Amino acid sequence: MKLLRMLGRNIRDSFKSVFRNFALSLASISCITITLIVVSISIILSINVNNFASLVEKDVTIVAFLDTQITEEQKTVVEETIKSLDNIDSYEFTSKKDITEEMMDSSETFKNIMANWSEEENPIQDTYQVKVKEIEKIGKTAKEIEGIKGVSVVKYGEGMVEQLVVVFDTVRKICIGMVIALILVTAFLISNTIKITIVARKREIDIMRLVGASNINIKIPFIFEGLFLGALGSIIPIIATVIGYDTLFEHFDGQLFSPFIQLVNPNPFTFYVSLILLIIGILVGMFGSWRAVRKHMKI
Amino acid sequence: MDLIRMKGVKKSYKNGVTAIHNLDLRIKKGQFVFIIGPTGCGKSTLIKMLYREEKPTAGHIIVGGLDVAKLRNSRVFKLRRKLGVVFQDFKLLPKSTVYENVAFALEVLGAPKDEIHAKVVKVLDLVGLKHKAKQYPNQLSGGEQQRVAIARAIVNGPKLLICDEPTGNLDEGTSMEIMKVLVEINKMGTTIIMVTHDTEIVSALKKRTILLDSGRIVKDFEEGTFSYEAIKNVR
Ligand SMILES: Nc1ncnc2c1ncn2[C@@H]1O[C@H](COP(=O)(O)OP(=O)(O)OP(=O)(O)O)[C@@H](O)[C@H]1O
Ligand SMILES: [Mg+2]
Repeated sequence: MKLLRMLGRNIRDSFKSVFRNFALSLASISCITITLIVVSISIILSINVNNFASLVEKDVTIVAFLDTQITEEQKTVVEETIKSLDNIDSYEFTSKKDITEEMMDSSETFKNIMANWSEEENPIQDTYQVKVKEIEKIGKTAKEIEGIKGVSVVKYGEGMVEQLVVVFDTVRKICIGMVIALILVTAFLISNTIKITIVARKREIDIMRLVGASNINIKIPFIFEGLFLGALGSIIPIIATVIGYDTLFEHFDGQLFSPFIQLVNPNPFTFYVSLILLIIGILVGMFGSWRAVRKHMKI
Repeated sequence: MDLIRMKGVKKSYKNGVTAIHNLDLRIKKGQFVFIIGPTGCGKSTLIKMLYREEKPTAGHIIVGGLDVAKLRNSRVFKLRRKLGVVFQDFKLLPKSTVYENVAFALEVLGAPKDEIHAKVVKVLDLVGLKHKAKQYPNQLSGGEQQRVAIARAIVNGPKLLICDEPTGNLDEGTSMEIMKVLVEINKMGTTIIMVTHDTEIVSALKKRTILLDSGRIVKDFEEGTFSYEAIKNVR
């Protein structure tokens, strides 16, 4: 009961304090808002990149065409080299003969034409179908395969898919860097806001100490104030995330440019993102005020 | 029984000033004690150690059974709940009413609302300010503000009331009114230690009076023995 009463009082005080120094509070709140918007973008990008990268990975295959005049020994070397690359998930060999037969089976026209080809005239090549582990590195892996002696041409996937993955991944990395920097700036700003509150309420703090308030009881309102700043700062990012992502999803009909690139369904995704944003906001706010209290409240 | 016991107490500030030298002092429960002496002689320092605003450099201080010298910062509130402190500058919250100012002392302890109400009304009545409960400090005279501060200091029913020049900002008549309130509180059983410059008050009341000079007790007048003549050579 006693604890509840004191908690109530503390919360009331912290809330008042947020509005008493509103200009300053607003600066902190805006800073948290900006930070959380970037956090939100990073989360949305990462989760989506992971999602469609894993979808795409199943389907994107590098096809390596071997030279027509390749010898059996050279073929073994090619296979060994492919096997030794890091980004290789699996590979499969399809011989010229297999393809030829497959094609001849598939249509009469092909059959008539191809039946007359001699071994030298046959333009069909032996191929390796290679699946990669990490889609972001598919380009590099394809280059490596192309560089192998005896491999003439390499083709892979849709082209755009992996480019998109790379772009999204780069944006995500930049965002994460920004988030870290922004969180530091925000924590500092909140710390400063709380410091000013502490200075402004020095008289009250002194009197509280004088009449026998415990240290925790004196400190808690300031921690709550940080918490409130964080929570208030997360309102706009949460709304923007929910509405923004929903709109985006509707607009693109759940996929980006091709059915390959499926967006994550907003429900319950945006709910989780919102929760994360709120938690980060609160934690950053509390961390900032905790720092200020530790540094500036000498009790 | 002793409420306060100080033994071999020394206080040196960080800047090297030694404000109190090897001081011994005992104060019995229920006593009214004046502490007088020239400016800078260490009066405030002495009482600051009693409510643990300052820590002694050496020696023992026991207040109401608590070993104040050894009290950790995080436990100071335990001591503060056993005593009240009143200052020359009142230290009221300007944006709170008289009632709120007094209630504040109980709120921070987490007392229930009806208990707070009963105690605040009672103590405001005692200091004669019941009718001004809804006023703000800047609407009160100095004497009235000091009575609010006293009310706040005793609302929790402390055993000890410490006053650092409570009449320092007040004129003669008002000072005497404050003294009446303090004497009243003392009669109800609260031990009072009061630092003052006002020898008029001291000689009018003739309570136990401790004369401090350069951080040492140079005279300790028992109740009724204070004479203005005896301190002339110190002033
Ligand atoms: N926080 C402090 N840091 C350093 N020196 C201090 C501090 N407080 C007081 N002093 C010094 O200690 C000595 C005693 O000061 P104190 O305030 O106890 O005197 P006082 O008797 O209360 O004086 P006054 O009658 O003017 O209030 C003085 O020399 C003062 O300068
Ligand atoms: Mg003094």
